[in-house]
Amino acid sequence: MDLKLREEDLAFQREVREFIDRHWPEEVRKARRNVGRFEETKGEAPEVRRFIDALNERGWAVPNWPAEWGGTDWTPTEKYIWDKETARAECPQLSAFGARMLAPVLYTWGTAQQKERFLPLIREQKMIWCQGYSEPGAGSDLAALATRAVRDGDEFVVNGTKIWTTGAHVADWMFCLVRTGTEGKKQEGISFLLIDMTTPGITVNPIHLLGGIHSVNEVELADVRVPVANLVGEENKGWTYAKGLLTHERTGIAGVARSEVMLARMKDIARETGVDGGSLWDDAEFRRKVHALEIDLEALAMTELRVLSQVEQGGAPGPESSILKIRGTELSQALQTLQIDVFGYYGLAYPDQTLIDNEGPVGHPYGLTAMQAMLYGRASTIFGGSNEIQKNIISKAVLGL
Amino acid sequence: MDFSLSDEQSLLKDSVERFVQNDYDFDKRRKVMAEEDGFSRKNWQQFAELGWLAIPFSEEDGGFGGGAIELMLLMEQIGRGLIVEPYLPTVVLAGGFLRRAGSAAQKEQYLSGIIDGSKLSAFAFAEPQGRFNLADLTTTAKAKGDGYVLSGHKAVVLGGPSADFLVVSARTSGDQRDADGISLFLVDAGAKGLSRRDYPTVDGLRASEVMLENVEVGKDALIGAEGKALPLIEEVIDDAILAVGCEAVGAMEVLYKATVEYSKQRVQFGQPIGKFQVLQHRMVDMFMEYEQSKSLMFMAAMRLDEGYNDAAKKAISGFKVQVGKSGRFVGQQAVQLHGGMGMTEELSVGHYFKRLTMIDTLFGNVDFHLKRYGSFD
Repeated sequence: MDLKLREEDLAFQREVREFIDRHWPEEVRKARRNVGRFEETKGEAPEVRRFIDALNERGWAVPNWPAEWGGTDWTPTEKYIWDKETARAECPQLSAFGARMLAPVLYTWGTAQQKERFLPLIREQKMIWCQGYSEPGAGSDLAALATRAVRDGDEFVVNGTKIWTTGAHVADWMFCLVRTGTEGKKQEGISFLLIDMTTPGITVNPIHLLGGIHSVNEVELADVRVPVANLVGEENKGWTYAKGLLTHERTGIAGVARSEVMLARMKDIARETGVDGGSLWDDAEFRRKVHALEIDLEALAMTELRVLSQVEQGGAPGPESSILKIRGTELSQALQTLQIDVFGYYGLAYPDQTLIDNEGPVGHPYGLTAMQAMLYGRASTIFGGSNEIQKNIISKAVLGL
Repeated sequence: MDFSLSDEQSLLKDSVERFVQNDYDFDKRRKVMAEEDGFSRKNWQQFAELGWLAIPFSEEDGGFGGGAIELMLLMEQIGRGLIVEPYLPTVVLAGGFLRRAGSAAQKEQYLSGIIDGSKLSAFAFAEPQGRFNLADLTTTAKAKGDGYVLSGHKAVVLGGPSADFLVVSARTSGDQRDADGISLFLVDAGAKGLSRRDYPTVDGLRASEVMLENVEVGKDALIGAEGKALPLIEEVIDDAILAVGCEAVGAMEVLYKATVEYSKQRVQFGQPIGKFQVLQHRMVDMFMEYEQSKSLMFMAAMRLDEGYNDAAKKAISGFKVQVGKSGRFVGQQAVQLHGGMGMTEELSVGHYFKRLTMIDTLFGNVDFHLKRYGSFD
């Protein structure tokens, strides 16, 4: 047992760092660090576009995909190094809905034509996707979804309402769970459809979240006609595909590297923040809180490495993989909350975009993104299967209860 | 990066696991604890025959040259079986000093006895006023003739009652809490002027208050350099922290699994209590605490094997914080979920809980190690 990276892994790490320094240099990171995020807009900043193009040129855009569709064939350790280095440098990522969530379903169960048509566009981020899962009546109980898709010749006619649809207002397409059957268990009779967002009958209504961010929406589907060719896999088997997707990429879910970045930055800010003639970092009570979280984070990072090493040896992830989402999100929320404390009164300033555009941020330049991160971060224990649902899953699958 | 065990390591793990399973169930443990010493000398001889007492020592010293990973594997199983035989005081603590700083003569006289099972030992370091500060010493060792005279009160010396010899920390110079001026001495249990008050600890071990009144030792009793022992003490104590932390991880595994099993059997309101969601989530929390502790256990052991430096010390303190917190939680919740039965001496659950509570305090509790962890920042 040892924690050392092998020589070839260290060489790979150097290669990755060089790539990042060239295509996502420190000046760019710094300039983007304090920019608030209020509205997801179509198209990306030119520096982001350049980075994504560089990824594609280098063949590193979608490391986890099969090689024939542009994957890298990296070992789990190499993937881990990549995730860690890109998080540390706060590199832009491909939109997760296409690259991390839909793509595995497509390359596993999609038709040849679907793969040819969509995978390259996702890889190059030239087609943005959103995920049509939750409904007003189907949140944690996702299988209770009621959006109907009725076959009419070569088309499905879709009617229903999707909610909490992140990025629906900027997406070109939506992958969507719809009900095609009502026989048997509610998990049966669900199908996986790909829907062009420009199809007549789709209305996207914005939902404004805490922190002033417009990222989620309600999507109404009224007699939306979807070609049968856009059905993924077999009719009524969509639940299996959606569930299969959940077992992909468990390790990234903990967000360890992001939390490490946040923790390190918080220490820096605390050192610069004055309290009683000294700095906040001189306050032993504050430091203890930070260090308690740091220990939790180290434990989580090691848990992730344990999972990684099992996968590297060709095994399936052990039961400890199931805690990554719960602990990772709890921890990032705790860090986000503590970060607000750091700013004292200025932590209370409401991040108003117009004001900032005209007069600059109020208080500490990081203060704005800290409050936004805290408010938006509350969603992390809700989405992707709430943490309570995760505990139900562990209780059943791991403890056998 | 590699988390797999070597063949030798797997063999060691299996051998201790088998012993716990076949020879150390809860009833056998109860009988062992009722013996005069509070443990079984027969078991101790078996440990010697199985080679466990030789694990951390170099091949030159007659050992197997095991490191932190080997210690981890052994102690985790010791924790699962709640083994009361004095491995920690004899092999990890006293043996830890001898193997690092013992002279050839000292190794000859004491270490060989540890390895063959004929000698037991203990480390007398704590003092009534010192709490967890290893340097807070009022016990003195004054030079006299060709040797030293030791006087003072050493507190809660684990394994003291059965020790054939003690390793004693004492001040040869400096003020009460100075880092400099601390020395280590080998003192025979029967030395003139040494007296003990023996008592059981809450988790079924034995300890002593050791009074030293003008105990004379020769110059050859000094371990390492005079006045320079504190870094060595810190290093050996960090080994001991790894050891008890691994015990805690083993104990937590037993407890969370026993609680899950119990919740499947115990019927109330017409169904097994494990069907209640509030209890399910509690048990998931116990499972997660165990897994997080296990992760930091791996990290602490691997860091120690990389070398004894600040990164290793930080990892040890982080691990101790985690097992302190998690051990209390898992122990307390195991009692809670077992209900009235969890409160009884009859069930093993309470005994694991007591051991975990003890481990939180041993060698510095959560507060102490959180502060130490932060001192490396």
